[in-house]
Amino acid sequence: MLERLDQVFVLFKDWLVAFLPASWQGVVGVIICVVAIIAVYPTLFALAVLMERKGLGRMQNRYGPNRVGPFGILQPVADGIKSLTKEDIVPLRADAVVHFLAPVVLVVAVFMGFAVLPMGRNMVLVDLDTSLLFFFAMMASTELSVFMAGWSSRNKYSLLGAMRAVAQMISYEVPLLLSSIVIVMMTGSLSLVRVVEAQNHFTGILPNWYVFTPWGFAGFIVFVIASTAETNRSPFDLPEGESEIIAGYFTEYSGFKFALFFLGEYVEMFAVAGLGTTLFLGGWAGPISFLSWVPSWIWFFAKVELWICFFIWIRGTLPRLRQDQLMNFAWKFVLPFTLFNLVVAAVWRFMGEGWLRWLVCWALVVGVYALAGRSGMRREKIGTRIYRYAD
Amino acid sequence: MSFAFWVVAALTVAGGLAAVLLKNLVHCALALTIAFAGLALLFLQLDAQFAGFAQILVYIGAVAILIVFAVLLTRSSETPAQGGIFSHTWLAGLVVAAGLFAVLAWAVIESAGGLPHESSAPAVTVMQIGNALMGRYVLPLEILALLLTAALIGAAIVAMHEKEGTK
Repeated sequence: MLERLDQVFVLFKDWLVAFLPASWQGVVGVIICVVAIIAVYPTLFALAVLMERKGLGRMQNRYGPNRVGPFGILQPVADGIKSLTKEDIVPLRADAVVHFLAPVVLVVAVFMGFAVLPMGRNMVLVDLDTSLLFFFAMMASTELSVFMAGWSSRNKYSLLGAMRAVAQMISYEVPLLLSSIVIVMMTGSLSLVRVVEAQNHFTGILPNWYVFTPWGFAGFIVFVIASTAETNRSPFDLPEGESEIIAGYFTEYSGFKFALFFLGEYVEMFAVAGLGTTLFLGGWAGPISFLSWVPSWIWFFAKVELWICFFIWIRGTLPRLRQDQLMNFAWKFVLPFTLFNLVVAAVWRFMGEGWLRWLVCWALVVGVYALAGRSGMRREKIGTRIYRYAD
Repeated sequence: MSFAFWVVAALTVAGGLAAVLLKNLVHCALALTIAFAGLALLFLQLDAQFAGFAQILVYIGAVAILIVFAVLLTRSSETPAQGGIFSHTWLAGLVVAAGLFAVLAWAVIESAGGLPHESSAPAVTVMQIGNALMGRYVLPLEILALLLTAALIGAAIVAMHEKEGTK
Protein backbone atom coordinates (compact mmCIF):
# COMPACT_ATOMS: atom_id res chain seq x y z
CA MET A 1 0.00 0.00 0.00
CA LEU A 2 2.68 2.46 1.05
CA GLU A 3 4.84 1.50 -1.91
CA ARG A 4 1.88 2.26 -4.14
CA LEU A 5 1.44 5.65 -2.47
CA ASP A 6 5.13 6.34 -3.01
CA GLN A 7 4.75 5.60 -6.71
CA VAL A 8 1.22 7.03 -7.04
CA PHE A 9 2.11 9.59 -9.72
CA VAL A 10 4.19 7.13 -11.74
CA LEU A 11 1.38 4.55 -11.59
CA PHE A 12 -1.18 7.19 -12.55
CA LYS A 13 0.87 8.16 -15.59
CA ASP A 14 1.28 4.50 -16.62
CA TRP A 15 -2.48 3.98 -16.21
CA LEU A 16 -3.27 6.98 -18.41
CA VAL A 17 -0.75 6.02 -21.06
CA ALA A 18 -2.04 2.44 -21.22
CA PHE A 19 -5.19 3.66 -23.00
CA LEU A 20 -3.16 4.64 -26.05
CA PRO A 21 -1.61 2.58 -28.84
CA ALA A 22 1.95 1.47 -28.11
CA SER A 23 3.61 3.77 -30.64
CA TRP A 24 2.16 6.87 -28.92
CA GLN A 25 2.89 5.86 -25.34
CA GLY A 26 6.42 7.26 -25.12
CA VAL A 27 5.57 10.70 -26.47
CA VAL A 28 2.34 11.08 -24.49
CA GLY A 29 4.10 9.91 -21.31
CA VAL A 30 6.66 12.69 -21.68
CA ILE A 31 3.92 15.24 -22.42
CA ILE A 32 2.03 14.21 -19.27
CA CYS A 33 5.19 14.70 -17.17
CA VAL A 34 5.83 18.11 -18.70
CA VAL A 35 2.24 19.19 -18.06
CA ALA A 36 2.56 18.02 -14.46
CA ILE A 37 5.72 20.09 -13.97
CA ILE A 38 4.16 23.15 -15.60
CA ALA A 39 1.06 22.77 -13.42
CA VAL A 40 2.72 22.04 -10.08
CA TYR A 41 5.36 24.76 -9.92
CA PRO A 42 3.18 27.77 -10.74
CA THR A 43 0.75 26.53 -8.07
CA LEU A 44 3.62 26.37 -5.62
CA PHE A 45 4.61 29.83 -6.84
CA ALA A 46 1.18 31.20 -5.92
CA LEU A 47 1.41 29.60 -2.49
CA ALA A 48 4.98 30.85 -1.98
CA VAL A 49 4.01 34.43 -2.83
CA LEU A 50 1.16 34.29 -0.32
CA MET A 51 3.43 32.72 2.28
CA GLU A 52 6.07 35.35 1.64
CA ARG A 53 3.66 38.26 1.98
CA LYS A 54 2.09 36.83 5.12
CA GLY A 55 5.43 35.91 6.64
CA LEU A 56 7.09 39.22 5.85
CA GLY A 57 4.03 40.95 7.25
CA ARG A 58 4.43 39.10 10.53
CA MET A 59 8.15 39.90 10.65
CA GLN A 60 7.41 43.57 10.09
CA ASN A 61 4.58 43.75 12.64
CA ARG A 62 1.69 43.99 10.19
CA TYR A 63 -0.98 41.61 8.95
CA GLY A 64 -0.12 41.09 5.31
CA PRO A 65 -2.90 40.39 2.80
CA ASN A 66 -6.12 39.52 4.66
CA ARG A 67 -8.99 40.84 2.53
CA VAL A 68 -9.54 38.31 -0.27
CA GLY A 69 -11.12 35.13 1.05
CA PRO A 70 -10.64 33.75 4.57
CA PHE A 71 -7.30 35.00 5.99
CA GLY A 72 -6.49 36.37 2.54
CA ILE A 73 -5.69 32.96 1.05
CA LEU A 74 -7.34 33.84 -2.25
CA GLN A 75 -4.97 36.79 -2.76
CA PRO A 76 -2.87 34.96 -5.45
CA VAL A 77 -6.06 34.39 -7.50
CA ALA A 78 -6.90 38.08 -7.32
CA ASP A 79 -3.33 39.01 -8.28
CA GLY A 80 -3.44 36.61 -11.21
CA ILE A 81 -6.69 38.02 -12.58
CA LYS A 82 -5.39 41.54 -12.12
CA SER A 83 -2.15 40.94 -14.03
CA LEU A 84 -4.01 39.10 -16.81
CA THR A 85 -6.50 41.90 -17.39
CA LYS A 86 -4.08 44.81 -17.02
CA GLU A 87 -3.10 46.76 -20.10
CA ASP A 88 0.19 45.65 -21.60
CA ILE A 89 2.28 48.78 -22.06
CA VAL A 90 5.35 48.78 -24.29
CA PRO A 91 7.40 52.00 -24.22
CA LEU A 92 7.41 53.92 -27.51
CA ARG A 93 11.20 53.77 -27.95
CA ALA A 94 11.51 50.20 -26.71
CA ASP A 95 12.84 47.47 -28.94
CA ALA A 96 9.50 45.70 -29.33
CA VAL A 97 10.72 42.26 -30.41
CA VAL A 98 13.44 41.88 -27.80
CA HIS A 99 11.15 43.43 -25.19
CA PHE A 100 8.58 40.75 -25.93
CA LEU A 101 11.04 37.85 -26.08
CA ALA A 102 12.85 38.54 -22.80
CA PRO A 103 10.21 37.20 -20.34
CA VAL A 104 9.49 34.26 -22.64
CA VAL A 105 13.15 33.23 -22.77
CA LEU A 106 13.41 33.56 -18.99
CA VAL A 107 10.41 31.36 -18.23
CA VAL A 108 11.38 28.71 -20.79
CA ALA A 109 14.97 28.49 -19.54
CA VAL A 110 13.88 28.34 -15.91
CA PHE A 111 11.36 25.54 -16.47
CA MET A 112 13.92 23.47 -18.42
CA GLY A 113 15.88 22.92 -15.21
CA PHE A 114 13.11 20.78 -13.72
CA ALA A 115 13.54 18.22 -16.48
CA VAL A 116 16.47 16.64 -14.67
CA LEU A 117 15.48 17.09 -11.01
CA PRO A 118 14.49 13.82 -9.33
CA MET A 119 11.36 14.80 -7.40
CA GLY A 120 10.78 11.36 -5.93
CA ARG A 121 11.71 7.74 -6.42
CA ASN A 122 11.50 7.11 -10.20
CA MET A 123 10.09 10.62 -10.61
CA VAL A 124 12.50 12.27 -13.02
CA LEU A 125 11.60 13.38 -16.53
CA VAL A 126 14.94 12.53 -18.17
CA ASP A 127 17.77 10.78 -16.37
CA LEU A 128 20.67 12.31 -18.26
CA ASP A 129 24.25 11.23 -17.82
CA THR A 130 25.13 14.92 -17.48
CA SER A 131 22.08 16.30 -15.71
CA LEU A 132 24.01 18.62 -13.40
CA LEU A 133 25.72 20.22 -16.39
CA PHE A 134 22.34 20.54 -18.13
CA PHE A 135 20.87 22.27 -15.09
CA PHE A 136 23.67 24.83 -14.90
CA ALA A 137 23.53 25.40 -18.65
CA MET A 138 19.84 26.28 -18.35
CA MET A 139 20.43 28.55 -15.35
CA ALA A 140 23.18 30.34 -17.27
CA SER A 141 20.75 31.07 -20.11
CA THR A 142 18.58 33.18 -17.80
CA GLU A 143 21.28 35.85 -17.63
CA LEU A 144 20.80 36.69 -21.26
CA SER A 145 17.06 37.21 -20.82
CA VAL A 146 17.73 39.62 -17.96
CA PHE A 147 20.05 41.57 -20.21
CA MET A 148 17.50 41.51 -23.04
CA ALA A 149 14.83 42.93 -20.74
CA GLY A 150 17.04 45.69 -19.42
CA TRP A 151 18.51 46.72 -22.73
CA SER A 152 15.33 46.64 -24.81
CA SER A 153 13.38 48.84 -22.37
CA ARG A 154 15.44 51.92 -23.35
CA ASN A 155 15.38 53.09 -19.78
CA LYS A 156 18.51 53.99 -17.85
CA TYR A 157 17.27 52.36 -14.66
CA SER A 158 16.44 49.17 -16.53
CA LEU A 159 19.87 49.09 -18.15
CA LEU A 160 21.59 49.74 -14.82
CA GLY A 161 19.55 47.00 -13.19
CA ALA A 162 20.36 44.57 -15.98
CA MET A 163 24.09 45.34 -15.79
CA ARG A 164 24.02 44.84 -12.04
CA ALA A 165 22.07 41.62 -12.38
CA VAL A 166 24.35 40.15 -15.05
CA ALA A 167 27.53 41.10 -13.18
CA GLN A 168 26.13 39.61 -9.98
CA MET A 169 24.89 36.41 -11.61
CA ILE A 170 28.21 35.80 -13.39
CA SER A 171 30.16 36.43 -10.19
CA TYR A 172 28.08 34.07 -8.08
CA GLU A 173 27.72 31.40 -10.74
CA VAL A 174 31.38 30.50 -10.23
CA PRO A 175 31.03 29.58 -6.53
CA LEU A 176 27.67 27.95 -7.26
CA LEU A 177 29.28 25.61 -9.80
CA LEU A 178 32.43 25.00 -7.75
CA SER A 179 30.48 24.19 -4.59
CA SER A 180 28.60 21.47 -6.48
CA ILE A 181 31.82 19.99 -7.85
CA VAL A 182 32.70 18.43 -4.47
CA ILE A 183 29.48 16.42 -4.78
CA VAL A 184 30.50 15.25 -8.24
CA MET A 185 33.95 14.33 -6.91
CA MET A 186 32.41 12.19 -4.18
CA THR A 187 29.61 10.59 -6.20
CA GLY A 188 31.69 10.04 -9.31
CA SER A 189 28.75 11.00 -11.51
CA LEU A 190 27.09 14.09 -12.95
CA SER A 191 23.69 12.41 -12.83
CA LEU A 192 21.39 13.80 -10.13
CA VAL A 193 19.66 10.42 -9.79
CA ARG A 194 23.01 8.84 -8.84
CA VAL A 195 23.66 11.67 -6.38
CA VAL A 196 20.42 10.97 -4.51
CA GLU A 197 21.03 7.22 -4.54
CA ALA A 198 24.49 7.75 -3.06
CA GLN A 199 22.97 9.66 -0.12
CA ASN A 200 20.07 7.29 0.51
CA HIS A 201 21.83 5.17 3.16
CA PHE A 202 21.65 5.27 6.92
CA THR A 203 24.27 4.93 9.67
CA GLY A 204 22.20 3.72 12.58
CA ILE A 205 19.12 5.90 12.22
CA LEU A 206 20.97 8.92 10.83
CA PRO A 207 21.12 9.62 7.10
CA ASN A 208 24.34 9.84 5.06
CA TRP A 209 23.52 13.21 3.53
CA TYR A 210 26.43 15.16 2.13
CA VAL A 211 25.61 18.17 4.26
CA PHE A 212 26.82 16.30 7.36
CA THR A 213 30.36 15.86 6.02
CA PRO A 214 32.91 18.70 6.41
CA TRP A 215 33.30 19.38 2.69
CA GLY A 216 29.56 18.95 2.16
CA PHE A 217 28.74 21.41 4.92
CA ALA A 218 31.15 24.02 3.55
CA GLY A 219 29.78 23.44 0.06
CA PHE A 220 26.23 23.71 1.38
CA ILE A 221 26.87 27.09 2.99
CA VAL A 222 28.48 28.42 -0.18
CA PHE A 223 25.65 26.98 -2.26
CA VAL A 224 23.01 28.70 -0.12
CA ILE A 225 24.78 32.06 -0.41
CA ALA A 226 25.42 31.72 -4.13
CA SER A 227 21.90 30.52 -4.90
CA THR A 228 20.42 33.47 -3.00
CA ALA A 229 22.55 35.78 -5.12
CA GLU A 230 21.81 33.87 -8.31
CA THR A 231 18.05 34.28 -7.85
CA ASN A 232 18.46 37.99 -6.97
CA ARG A 233 16.88 37.50 -3.57
CA SER A 234 17.46 39.80 -0.63
CA PRO A 235 20.12 40.55 0.69
CA PHE A 236 21.49 40.29 -2.87
CA ASP A 237 18.58 42.13 -4.52
CA LEU A 238 20.62 45.04 -5.85
CA PRO A 239 19.43 44.46 -9.42
CA GLU A 240 15.92 45.28 -8.28
CA GLY A 241 16.86 47.84 -5.61
CA GLU A 242 13.50 49.62 -5.43
CA SER A 243 14.92 52.59 -3.56
CA GLU A 244 17.70 53.21 -6.10
CA ILE A 245 16.65 52.00 -9.54
CA ILE A 246 12.88 51.47 -9.11
CA ALA A 247 12.66 47.78 -10.06
CA GLY A 248 15.74 47.26 -12.20
CA TYR A 249 15.38 45.39 -15.43
CA PHE A 250 11.61 44.94 -15.29
CA THR A 251 10.71 48.56 -14.58
CA GLU A 252 9.11 48.91 -18.03
CA TYR A 253 7.07 45.72 -17.88
CA SER A 254 3.42 45.63 -16.97
CA GLY A 255 0.52 43.24 -16.96
CA PHE A 256 1.16 39.67 -17.96
CA LYS A 257 4.80 40.15 -18.96
CA PHE A 258 5.55 41.44 -15.49
CA ALA A 259 3.74 38.42 -14.08
CA LEU A 260 5.97 36.20 -16.25
CA PHE A 261 9.09 37.81 -14.79
CA PHE A 262 7.69 37.36 -11.31
CA LEU A 263 6.88 33.73 -12.08
CA GLY A 264 10.31 33.14 -13.59
CA GLU A 265 12.03 34.53 -10.53
CA TYR A 266 10.10 32.35 -8.09
CA VAL A 267 10.32 29.24 -10.24
CA GLU A 268 14.07 29.76 -10.46
CA MET A 269 14.04 29.88 -6.67
CA PHE A 270 12.25 26.53 -6.62
CA ALA A 271 14.72 25.15 -9.13
CA VAL A 272 17.85 26.09 -7.18
CA ALA A 273 16.20 24.99 -3.94
CA GLY A 274 15.41 21.65 -5.58
CA LEU A 275 18.97 21.32 -6.85
CA GLY A 276 20.40 22.20 -3.43
CA THR A 277 18.09 19.67 -1.81
CA THR A 278 19.19 17.03 -4.28
CA LEU A 279 22.88 17.74 -3.91
CA PHE A 280 23.24 18.27 -0.17
CA LEU A 281 20.05 17.30 1.66
CA GLY A 282 19.49 13.84 0.23
CA GLY A 283 16.85 14.75 -2.36
CA TRP A 284 13.81 12.57 -1.87
CA ALA A 285 15.44 10.42 0.83
CA GLY A 286 13.87 10.53 4.28
CA PRO A 287 15.79 12.14 7.16
CA ILE A 288 15.53 9.26 9.68
CA SER A 289 15.63 5.57 8.82
CA PHE A 290 12.30 4.69 10.50
CA LEU A 291 10.53 7.42 8.51
CA SER A 292 11.44 5.86 5.15
CA TRP A 293 7.84 4.74 4.65
CA VAL A 294 6.70 8.32 4.03
CA PRO A 295 6.38 8.81 0.23
CA SER A 296 9.55 10.14 -1.35
CA TRP A 297 7.88 13.06 -3.11
CA ILE A 298 6.60 14.39 0.25
CA TRP A 299 10.18 14.59 1.48
CA PHE A 300 11.39 16.35 -1.65
CA PHE A 301 8.69 19.01 -1.62
CA ALA A 302 8.91 19.43 2.16
CA LYS A 303 12.63 20.14 1.89
CA VAL A 304 12.10 22.58 -0.99
CA GLU A 305 9.38 24.40 0.98
CA LEU A 306 11.67 24.57 4.00
CA TRP A 307 14.32 26.12 1.77
CA ILE A 308 11.81 28.69 0.48
CA CYS A 309 10.83 29.55 4.07
CA PHE A 310 14.50 30.10 4.79
CA PHE A 311 14.76 32.49 1.81
CA ILE A 312 11.74 34.42 3.12
CA TRP A 313 13.17 34.55 6.62
CA ILE A 314 16.50 35.87 5.28
CA ARG A 315 14.64 38.48 3.24
CA GLY A 316 12.85 39.68 6.35
CA THR A 317 16.08 39.81 8.35
CA LEU A 318 19.03 41.14 6.38
CA PRO A 319 19.50 44.59 4.78
CA ARG A 320 20.68 44.93 1.18
CA LEU A 321 24.39 44.78 0.37
CA ARG A 322 26.30 47.52 -1.40
CA GLN A 323 27.74 46.83 -4.87
CA ASP A 324 31.39 46.81 -3.72
CA GLN A 325 30.54 44.60 -0.74
CA LEU A 326 28.78 42.19 -3.08
CA MET A 327 31.75 41.86 -5.43
CA ASN A 328 34.38 41.76 -2.69
CA PHE A 329 32.45 39.06 -0.89
CA ALA A 330 32.15 36.94 -4.04
CA TRP A 331 35.71 37.19 -5.33
CA LYS A 332 37.76 37.65 -2.16
CA PHE A 333 35.99 35.35 0.27
CA VAL A 334 33.50 32.93 -1.27
CA LEU A 335 35.60 31.93 -4.28
CA PRO A 336 38.89 31.20 -2.42
CA PHE A 337 36.95 29.34 0.27
CA THR A 338 35.18 27.22 -2.35
CA LEU A 339 38.46 26.44 -4.10
CA PHE A 340 39.92 25.36 -0.80
CA ASN A 341 36.89 23.16 -0.22
CA LEU A 342 37.90 21.18 -3.30
CA VAL A 343 41.23 20.45 -1.58
CA VAL A 344 39.38 19.37 1.57
CA ALA A 345 37.25 16.99 -0.49
CA ALA A 346 40.40 15.54 -2.06
CA VAL A 347 42.00 15.07 1.38
CA TRP A 348 38.81 13.31 2.55
CA ARG A 349 38.87 11.04 -0.48
CA PHE A 350 42.49 9.93 -0.06
CA MET A 351 42.62 9.57 3.74
CA GLY A 352 40.44 6.46 3.70
CA GLU A 353 37.84 5.40 6.25
CA GLY A 354 38.17 6.26 9.93
CA TRP A 355 37.59 9.03 12.47
CA LEU A 356 40.88 10.77 11.66
CA ARG A 357 39.66 12.17 8.37
CA TRP A 358 36.59 13.64 10.07
CA LEU A 359 38.85 15.46 12.52
CA VAL A 360 41.33 16.67 9.91
CA CYS A 361 38.70 17.81 7.42
CA TRP A 362 36.55 19.62 9.97
CA ALA A 363 39.68 21.33 11.33
CA LEU A 364 40.69 22.38 7.80
CA VAL A 365 37.26 23.78 6.93
CA VAL A 366 36.75 25.66 10.19
CA GLY A 367 40.36 26.86 10.30
CA VAL A 368 40.35 28.26 6.78
CA TYR A 369 36.93 29.84 7.29
CA ALA A 370 38.11 31.60 10.45
CA LEU A 371 41.43 32.63 8.92
CA ALA A 372 39.97 33.95 5.65
CA GLY A 373 37.14 35.71 7.44
CA ARG A 374 39.42 37.35 9.99
CA SER A 375 42.01 38.57 7.52
CA GLY A 376 39.31 39.79 5.16
CA MET A 377 37.59 41.76 7.89
CA ARG A 378 40.88 43.28 9.07
CA ARG A 379 41.53 44.59 5.57
CA GLU A 380 38.11 46.25 5.55
CA LYS A 381 39.11 48.51 8.49
CA ILE A 382 35.66 48.67 10.08
CA GLY A 383 35.72 51.09 12.99
CA THR A 384 33.17 51.62 15.72
CA ARG A 385 29.75 52.28 14.32
CA ILE A 386 28.17 55.61 15.16
CA TYR A 387 24.42 56.05 14.89
CA ARG A 388 24.29 59.76 14.27
CA TYR A 389 20.53 60.13 14.20
CA ALA A 390 19.69 57.73 16.99
CA ASP A 391 21.61 59.37 19.83
CA MET B 1 18.85 13.50 -42.04
CA SER B 2 15.83 13.74 -39.84
CA PHE B 3 13.20 16.47 -39.70
CA ALA B 4 14.65 17.77 -36.41
CA PHE B 5 18.05 18.20 -38.04
CA TRP B 6 16.62 20.44 -40.76
CA VAL B 7 14.74 22.58 -38.23
CA VAL B 8 17.84 23.05 -36.08
CA ALA B 9 20.07 23.63 -39.10
CA ALA B 10 17.69 26.27 -40.47
CA LEU B 11 17.64 27.96 -37.05
CA THR B 12 21.43 27.98 -36.85
CA VAL B 13 21.90 29.34 -40.36
CA ALA B 14 19.20 31.98 -39.84
CA GLY B 15 20.87 33.06 -36.60
CA GLY B 16 24.26 33.27 -38.27
CA LEU B 17 22.90 35.24 -41.25
CA ALA B 18 21.08 37.66 -38.96
CA ALA B 19 24.28 38.18 -36.99
CA VAL B 20 26.01 39.28 -40.17
CA LEU B 21 23.21 41.28 -41.77
CA LEU B 22 21.49 43.22 -38.98
CA LYS B 23 22.35 46.83 -38.30
CA ASN B 24 22.02 47.09 -34.53
CA LEU B 25 25.08 45.53 -32.87
CA VAL B 26 23.15 44.19 -29.88
CA HIS B 27 20.69 42.53 -32.25
CA CYS B 28 23.67 40.94 -34.01
CA ALA B 29 24.97 39.62 -30.68
CA LEU B 30 21.55 38.19 -29.80
CA ALA B 31 21.28 36.58 -33.25
CA LEU B 32 24.71 35.07 -32.72
CA THR B 33 23.35 33.56 -29.50
CA ILE B 34 20.63 31.85 -31.53
CA ALA B 35 23.35 30.39 -33.74
CA PHE B 36 25.22 29.19 -30.63
CA ALA B 37 22.05 27.54 -29.33
CA GLY B 38 21.50 25.87 -32.70
CA LEU B 39 25.06 24.53 -32.64
CA ALA B 40 24.48 23.16 -29.13
CA LEU B 41 21.35 21.39 -30.36
CA LEU B 42 23.32 19.94 -33.29
CA PHE B 43 25.91 18.57 -30.85
CA LEU B 44 23.11 17.02 -28.83
CA GLN B 45 21.67 15.41 -31.95
CA LEU B 46 25.05 13.79 -32.50
CA ASP B 47 24.82 12.32 -28.95
CA ALA B 48 27.64 14.57 -27.76
CA GLN B 49 25.99 15.57 -24.48
CA PHE B 50 29.05 17.04 -22.85
CA ALA B 51 29.97 19.20 -25.85
CA GLY B 52 26.36 20.34 -26.24
CA PHE B 53 25.81 21.43 -22.64
CA ALA B 54 29.29 22.92 -22.38
CA GLN B 55 28.45 24.91 -25.53
CA ILE B 56 25.33 26.32 -23.85
CA LEU B 57 27.09 26.98 -20.54
CA VAL B 58 30.15 28.65 -22.04
CA TYR B 59 28.86 30.33 -25.18
CA ILE B 60 25.34 31.40 -24.18
CA GLY B 61 26.09 31.85 -20.49
CA ALA B 62 29.43 33.62 -20.80
CA VAL B 63 30.63 34.51 -24.30
CA ALA B 64 27.34 36.07 -25.44
CA ILE B 65 27.20 38.12 -22.23
CA LEU B 66 30.81 39.17 -22.77
CA ILE B 67 30.03 40.31 -26.30
CA VAL B 68 27.00 42.40 -25.32
CA PHE B 69 28.93 43.94 -22.43
CA ALA B 70 31.78 44.81 -24.76
CA VAL B 71 29.35 46.34 -27.26
CA LEU B 72 27.56 48.40 -24.62
CA LEU B 73 30.74 49.60 -22.92
CA THR B 74 32.65 50.58 -26.04
CA ARG B 75 30.02 52.32 -28.14
CA SER B 76 26.53 53.64 -27.94
CA SER B 77 23.86 51.03 -28.53
CA GLU B 78 21.60 53.66 -30.05
CA THR B 79 21.15 53.41 -33.79
CA PRO B 80 19.80 56.00 -36.21
CA ALA B 81 16.07 55.54 -36.57
CA GLN B 82 15.98 55.74 -40.37
CA GLY B 83 17.04 53.12 -42.88
CA GLY B 84 15.49 49.74 -42.04
CA ILE B 85 16.87 46.99 -39.87
CA PHE B 86 19.64 45.77 -42.17
CA SER B 87 23.17 47.04 -42.04
CA HIS B 88 24.37 49.21 -44.96
CA THR B 89 27.56 47.22 -45.14
CA TRP B 90 25.82 43.85 -45.16
CA LEU B 91 27.61 42.79 -48.34
CA ALA B 92 31.05 43.30 -46.77
CA GLY B 93 29.97 41.38 -43.67
CA LEU B 94 28.66 38.55 -45.78
CA VAL B 95 31.85 38.38 -47.85
CA VAL B 96 34.07 38.29 -44.74
CA ALA B 97 31.91 35.60 -43.15
CA ALA B 98 31.84 33.55 -46.37
CA GLY B 99 35.62 33.87 -46.70
CA LEU B 100 36.17 32.65 -43.15
CA PHE B 101 33.75 29.80 -43.74
CA ALA B 102 35.60 28.84 -46.93
CA VAL B 103 38.97 28.73 -45.11
CA LEU B 104 37.55 26.65 -42.25
CA ALA B 105 35.72 24.30 -44.61
CA TRP B 106 38.88 23.86 -46.71
CA ALA B 107 40.89 23.03 -43.55
CA VAL B 108 38.28 20.53 -42.37
CA ILE B 109 38.00 18.80 -45.75
CA GLU B 110 41.78 18.64 -46.12
CA SER B 111 42.29 17.10 -42.68
CA ALA B 112 39.38 14.68 -42.91
CA GLY B 113 41.45 12.22 -44.94
CA GLY B 114 44.04 11.87 -42.16
CA LEU B 115 41.50 10.85 -39.53
CA PRO B 116 40.58 7.21 -38.90
CA HIS B 117 37.40 6.42 -40.73
CA GLU B 118 34.74 5.13 -38.36
CA SER B 119 31.56 3.74 -39.78
CA SER B 120 29.48 3.97 -36.59
CA ALA B 121 29.32 6.87 -34.16
CA PRO B 122 31.46 6.14 -31.09
CA ALA B 123 29.56 6.22 -27.80
CA VAL B 124 31.59 8.41 -25.47
CA THR B 125 30.31 8.97 -21.94
CA VAL B 126 31.18 11.94 -19.77
CA MET B 127 33.04 9.52 -17.50
CA GLN B 128 35.39 8.62 -20.36
CA ILE B 129 35.94 12.29 -21.22
CA GLY B 130 36.76 13.02 -17.59
CA ASN B 131 39.16 10.11 -17.33
CA ALA B 132 40.89 11.10 -20.55
CA LEU B 133 41.25 14.73 -19.41
CA MET B 134 42.62 13.71 -16.02
CA GLY B 135 44.80 10.89 -17.35
CA ARG B 136 46.22 10.99 -20.84
CA TYR B 137 45.62 14.66 -21.59
CA VAL B 138 46.38 16.09 -18.16
CA LEU B 139 49.44 18.04 -19.37
CA PRO B 140 47.61 20.02 -22.12
CA LEU B 141 44.84 20.68 -19.61
CA GLU B 142 47.29 22.07 -17.05
CA ILE B 143 49.00 24.22 -19.68
CA LEU B 144 45.63 25.62 -20.74
CA ALA B 145 44.74 26.30 -17.12
CA LEU B 146 48.01 28.17 -16.63
CA LEU B 147 47.44 30.20 -19.78
CA LEU B 148 43.91 31.14 -18.73
CA THR B 149 45.03 32.08 -15.22
CA ALA B 150 47.76 34.27 -16.69
CA ALA B 151 45.21 35.93 -18.97
CA LEU B 152 42.88 36.53 -16.01
CA ILE B 153 45.62 38.08 -13.87
CA GLY B 154 46.76 40.15 -16.84
CA ALA B 155 43.25 41.47 -17.42
CA ALA B 156 42.90 42.38 -13.73
CA ILE B 157 46.26 44.19 -13.77
CA VAL B 158 45.42 46.14 -16.93
CA ALA B 159 42.14 47.24 -15.39
CA MET B 160 43.83 48.16 -12.11
CA HIS B 161 46.48 50.44 -13.67
CA GLU B 162 43.86 52.40 -15.53
CA LYS B 163 42.02 53.03 -12.27
CA GLU B 164 45.15 54.24 -10.47
CA GLY B 165 46.04 56.56 -13.33
CA THR B 166 42.73 58.42 -13.21
CA LYS B 167 42.94 59.05 -9.48
